[in-house]
Amino acid sequence: MKLLTHNMLTSHVRGVRPGGGFPLRIQATEVKVNNVDFNQEFVARMIPKVEWGALVEAAESLGHLSDLPHELPPEYENNEDFLRKVHHVLLEVEVMEGILKCPDSGREFPITKGIPNMLLSEEET
Amino acid sequence: MAGSGRRPEHRGPPELFYDEAEARKYSQNSRMIEIQSQMSERAVELLGLPEDRPCFLLDVGCGSGLSGDYISEEGHHWVGMDISSAMLDVAMEREVEGDLILADMGQGIPFRPGMFDGCVSISAVQWLCNADKKTHSPPKRLYRFFSTLYSALARGSRAILQLYPENSEQVTLADGERGCKEGGGREALLKVWLFFQGVLGAELELITAQAMKAGFTGGMVVDYPNSAKAKKFFLCLFVGTAGALPKALGAECADGEESQQAKFTNERYHVHQGPPRERGHLWGPG
Repeated sequence: MKLLTHNMLTSHVRGVRPGGGFPLRIQATEVKVNNVDFNQEFVARMIPKVEWGALVEAAESLGHLSDLPHELPPEYENNEDFLRKVHHVLLEVEVMEGILKCPDSGREFPITKGIPNMLLSEEET
Repeated sequence: MAGSGRRPEHRGPPELFYDEAEARKYSQNSRMIEIQSQMSERAVELLGLPEDRPCFLLDVGCGSGLSGDYISEEGHHWVGMDISSAMLDVAMEREVEGDLILADMGQGIPFRPGMFDGCVSISAVQWLCNADKKTHSPPKRLYRFFSTLYSALARGSRAILQLYPENSEQVTLADGERGCKEGGGREALLKVWLFFQGVLGAELELITAQAMKAGFTGGMVVDYPNSAKAKKFFLCLFVGTAGALPKALGAECADGEESQQAKFTNERYHVHQGPPRERGHLWGPG
């Protein structure tokens, strides 16, 4: 699971308030870093969709903050150095094994072989 | 199995149907891969994405990631979800570029609002019409899928869902045998041919009704409606726009399948190769 995906993923357990179930807390036991081709335009386009605070928190919890600032800097669109860092954190850092925990319900979603299991039981839907 | 003529949806829930053996076919059976890839290309084409802009797409029922391969080739990023862990394992082995989630589309799309520039789905949505468990209500699961998908898509984007609507009449063994003769006599071909026999029926009404209820506009594009073998259904859904429905390929051509297939190839050349694109520019040469 890439941190870009994590930044968009929500818990959809029954009873979670609208807009809740985010961000899922990561407890990782295995993290890996992959090389992904840098596409400046894509990263710049994704940043407005990213919950910055959640991204920084997730990266920090994995020990891969990679010098990301806690506040999104202004006029980042042409700041290649900054966008490369964001690219690395969003697309290259991957959680392979661990747990995602819903901040509202406490429900845990296991991550196995890099794939989060978001399946709910019948009672949870 | 070859003579049963049964649709996969009738043989149990998708997470059990797509076991390791079935999943393996999607990485080894070249005919299956070819058909899947063709439908994926057409689905991405129908998305009508802006040119030369890298987009972020959702693949619902991504399976082994065959659609994702094409999406990656086109320079886009994607996240795939599937209910079968065996299929996702194959995707992982194939080292697809997209990110993968194990999830049931009938339980909703677990993403924040407005995240995706588009959604594609190949041969997945018809599974929602089944009640595989006592507690399953197809209309409710369809509505949950469409309403959460609507939310997860950016305004102005599209969802292109290729599906096999169920024939209201039972497909007979005789139909299957005829399909074998036409198609080359292999079991996989028979299965594929049987799927293509689907007609607009009650199942399709159920699906489109729930999509509209969730807020989508759009409709069904039927490619090659006159060819039993090549006919394909694409549910084209729009979020927050009143775009015109794309034209189906081969709809005017009533001849044999040969010419329709040729047209398909030709069309793809035009879409992806550039020269016609250039001609569209008012300031360009020629």
